[in-house]
Amino acid sequence: MTAASRLGTEPNKVTRGVILGVVGAVFAIPLIALLQFTFRDGLGGGYTLEHWNNLIGEDAARTYRSLFQAIGNSVVLAIVTVGIVLVLLLPTMILVHIQFPKFSRVLEFICIIPITVPAIVLVVGLAPVYGVVVRIFGSGAWTLAFAYGITVLPYAYRAIQSNLDAIPAVMLSEAARSLGADWPTVLRLVLLPNLRRGVLAASFISVAVVLGEFTIASLLNRTNLQTALLQISQSDPYVAAIFAFLALAVAFGLLLLIGRLGASRKRSRE
Amino acid sequence: MSVVPAPALISGDAEAGPRRHPLSEPVPRHPARRSLGTYLGLTPFALYVILFLVIPTVLAVTTGFFTEDGSVTLDNIAGIFAPNVLSTFGSSFLVSAVTAVIGAVIGALVCYALLGTGAEGTLRSTIDSISSVLAQFGGVMLAFAFIATIGTQGLVTRFLADAFGIDLFASGPWLYQVPGLVVVYVYFQVPLMIITFMPALEGLRTTWAEANATLGGTRVTYWTRIAIPVLAPSFIGSLLLLFANAFSSYATAAALVSQGSPIVPLQIRGALVSETVLGRENMAGALAFGMIAVMIIVMWGYSVLQLRTSRWQK
Repeated sequence: MTAASRLGTEPNKVTRGVILGVVGAVFAIPLIALLQFTFRDGLGGGYTLEHWNNLIGEDAARTYRSLFQAIGNSVVLAIVTVGIVLVLLLPTMILVHIQFPKFSRVLEFICIIPITVPAIVLVVGLAPVYGVVVRIFGSGAWTLAFAYGITVLPYAYRAIQSNLDAIPAVMLSEAARSLGADWPTVLRLVLLPNLRRGVLAASFISVAVVLGEFTIASLLNRTNLQTALLQISQSDPYVAAIFAFLALAVAFGLLLLIGRLGASRKRSRE
Repeated sequence: MSVVPAPALISGDAEAGPRRHPLSEPVPRHPARRSLGTYLGLTPFALYVILFLVIPTVLAVTTGFFTEDGSVTLDNIAGIFAPNVLSTFGSSFLVSAVTAVIGAVIGALVCYALLGTGAEGTLRSTIDSISSVLAQFGGVMLAFAFIATIGTQGLVTRFLADAFGIDLFASGPWLYQVPGLVVVYVYFQVPLMIITFMPALEGLRTTWAEANATLGGTRVTYWTRIAIPVLAPSFIGSLLLLFANAFSSYATAAALVSQGSPIVPLQIRGALVSETVLGRENMAGALAFGMIAVMIIVMWGYSVLQLRTSRWQK
């Protein structure tokens, strides 16, 4: 028995095992059912690999063209959204951190607004804004990334800020400046290498958010992975289940990677 | 009089020097150009936020106060208090409150069970990642998972029917109505609780338990007199966050409920996509206004309680 569990601050092994076991089992059931569904042979009750095979078959590209198109849209949206985070948010956060620390609370406040203004509310005001966006940039799928850049703000901000707080950014940039480096050099050779983990985490979590986004795309009549999944689930629920499972797995992988990034940072500091 | 002002004078001198802003550059070589140039550096992000966050938010909450042809009206806002819309807000409150409480209790239990497992271990990083996925990115996909589980042909539905002869749908297609939302929402509320409440629970110090033991306290007094009072603001704060999360959630409900609009986000969908009734877009604005009013109150409560928690976490 450890000191902590003797003092009663931590659960003992049995309690921990029971709680985690029961909750874990209950929470695993829907995911298992989703996976099992992809192997079902109609309503009969048998199992088949047909649904998975259909996806790599010769006709797949034609049969699931709209779905693959939608996945393409989501990938493009993920890339452009990460671009917005890297080009607009990241430099601003560095600038505020080093030059305008008095603005840091304002920036934090702005970045967490999207939690209070949920997508379903934002989309009401985005509809007229997109009327203008379409006139300027056309109606390409990528334009939705302007809205997604806002959706990912709280997540991306938190990831980058925790990295910024953990390094002596001001000291590093002052040292580089006093050695004669100009700002682009400071950014490229000094700050960005130190912010690599935060930047990667922000990018991964933005990709995960974009891949799962449904509300804005659906109500602005755009097509992305999630809207296509809902549509195809009416005609071919098995394929919808397959891609839902894969998308959840990809998001899980991305977040596991973020966790690893954080863990390796702490280890290397110790 | 001679002793006290001395340090003040020294620090005053230091403040007058070039190190007045310890976080900025030590010696700005081109003060005028620097400030202009760096302020300009803030404009792209500021413009972006104004265009895609501020303007849409302002539009969303103000369209409710106008008619289709642009004159000011309170009709749409009054529309919120129509019995059928009011009952939608009622169901939204109910679903959010019930799932927030269930999610908070189960989530807190899981957090407790995770105490003492290494924060960097495989178990914790796996649970953290799964929780994030389920809490934040599930949406439509979670609706599919539950249709595959307890839908009419779901895995569990069939198992219960075959093994025990229980018909899950004896009382109608509840999965596709408000009761179904409660079940599916709990599935993403518990993971959200794990993510938000774990840091607070980990902030409990072993020294407090030692002090309690030294003073003759038992495990029970440790939890009832120390841990629970200390954790209460954080727990209630997380509860509010969960409420806000369920209240504003749209994707799962949209994928699950195809008939009617039992909760507010679905009412907004109905008002936005309706092409038959004129002026419905302004009704969507009024609903958005109502939603954001609730969200601001709830999130304000959350931030007040978070502030209280962070006082002892540092």
